[in-house]
Amino acid sequence: MQQFEERPLLKVENLTKQYGPGCGECSQPGRPGLIKNYCPSCGTVYACSDVSLNVYPGEILGIVGESGSGKSTLMQCLYFDQDVTSGMLTIDDPELAGENLFDVSSQRKRYIRNHKYGMVYQNPVKGLRMDFSSISNIAEKQIAAGGRHVGKMQSAGERLLDVVSIPLFRMKEEPRNFSGGMQQRVQIAKALSNDPPILFLDEVTTGLDLSVRAAVIDLIKQIQRDLGISMIVVSHDLAVIRMLADRTLVMLNGRVIESGLTDQILEDPNHAYTQQLVYSLL
Amino acid sequence: MRAEPQFAFLDEGSKKEIRRATLKAVAIPGYQVPFASREMPMARGWGTGGLQLTCSLVGKEDVLKVIDQGADESVNAVSIKKLVQATTGIPVTERTEEATLIQSRHRIPEIPMTKDQILVLQVPMPEPLRKYEKKESITKRLHAESEYSGAWLMLFEQIMKYGRTTTGADHPVLVNGRYVMAPSPIPRFDNQKMDHSEALILLGAGREKKIYAVPPYTEIRSLAFEDHPFKGEDFSGKCCRFCGATGVFLDELYIEETGVTEYQCNDTSHCADRLERQGEKEVHHATV
Repeated sequence: MQQFEERPLLKVENLTKQYGPGCGECSQPGRPGLIKNYCPSCGTVYACSDVSLNVYPGEILGIVGESGSGKSTLMQCLYFDQDVTSGMLTIDDPELAGENLFDVSSQRKRYIRNHKYGMVYQNPVKGLRMDFSSISNIAEKQIAAGGRHVGKMQSAGERLLDVVSIPLFRMKEEPRNFSGGMQQRVQIAKALSNDPPILFLDEVTTGLDLSVRAAVIDLIKQIQRDLGISMIVVSHDLAVIRMLADRTLVMLNGRVIESGLTDQILEDPNHAYTQQLVYSLL
Repeated sequence: MRAEPQFAFLDEGSKKEIRRATLKAVAIPGYQVPFASREMPMARGWGTGGLQLTCSLVGKEDVLKVIDQGADESVNAVSIKKLVQATTGIPVTERTEEATLIQSRHRIPEIPMTKDQILVLQVPMPEPLRKYEKKESITKRLHAESEYSGAWLMLFEQIMKYGRTTTGADHPVLVNGRYVMAPSPIPRFDNQKMDHSEALILLGAGREKKIYAVPPYTEIRSLAFEDHPFKGEDFSGKCCRFCGATGVFLDELYIEETGVTEYQCNDTSHCADRLERQGEKEVHHATV
């Protein structure tokens, strides 16, 4: 029988992001001398240390952890909002094959962001231009990806606004006039506008009320089902992770302490911290 | 004892520094070169950038023409001419073809300029991406990476809101296929005159402390979407009420006594020239 081996779409190996120079003590393998993620002798903070992960085509990978565990830093590093200290990122794409994408030029990183990535930030202010109309916000990503035809971009934008249930008669309004949930949905439409194979969702439902949260989760599920986009979902909310993620990583002090199928982690947590996290779920 | 004024107002060191920035600007078409903008005897925002370029370039053999929004006789143009003339003694002219150095605010002369001339344009806002991104450190990086979605996005937003691009003036252009540049608030009508211009075009922003340039025979493309081609102002079917010129940039005037809308040349010297050739002795030209 032929063996099928699925190749990861996005592969991260030993991603480390440190703030500070590092010293002899904290640079050793395993970083034994740290207090949480802080080196007492040189003051270096290790926001992420030696994080490795794979994202397979069409799956949703969840990342959970408490505040300060490094999940947002990880996300920002993957989206090139921040530079990494060391590590390797590869994407299984004919255009990007064999390159460590953390090492490429900033133009190339911008190209990847514009053509391969979508990002939904926790705060819509970061992901949207509040003084441009919603349709222009969606077009911005298409323009960045080389779109130069107004009619095509407009109809694509209208289709996406329809997907995220924003009434079309409001498409020429600025998102600053919208409610938080609507802003978040415009952001999702914008992130999807260049048909990215990879979508990052950073605490997308935080700050939304329960019914809106359910609608946004529904939307994300639907997008995954219909478009087959791979996603990384960062959240401190286990309910969101349970609803969305196929597999989950648990982060603590900048490290991945546990990973596996979401159900397995939630039903049978291994690490003491994960147990505490799961049992504190109301 | 009163000291003799310096030739062309600025001291030689300053002129040298400005010329050095100018050379760099010519070497990198469309790139905004920072320079140490001097205090001039004129408020910033009134053409100090253009004046500093003019003063750094002017020599004893030059003939100067200054235009303010198409007019040679407006206060700003006259004051600049007086200053340069008082400090250099060079002749000034209103005829485009006689001038070697032309400083202009917001217009390019109707008569095509030649390789022996330099056009200096006054620029209020040199950064075409400023409305999109407030931080200079970021716009500099965007230019470096040739990332101009912001400029396109502004045009897209106009089309969404008004059905067409609404840049009355200062419509962004792509210089030599590399840098997106603010052509200064010239009307869209004048953008095409920049393309492969025989004359060197220098742009100076005194308040923003930037100099940039379009060297002769450089390709200038006005940004436009595939399905919304770039259009200059359209004056078809209209002509100047004095000289009858067509195919030039016209000012629209509402005449209250008669209640009709009339048109006249915006470039006053071009109009006067035509009238002279038509045999008119007295030229009465209403200025707007």
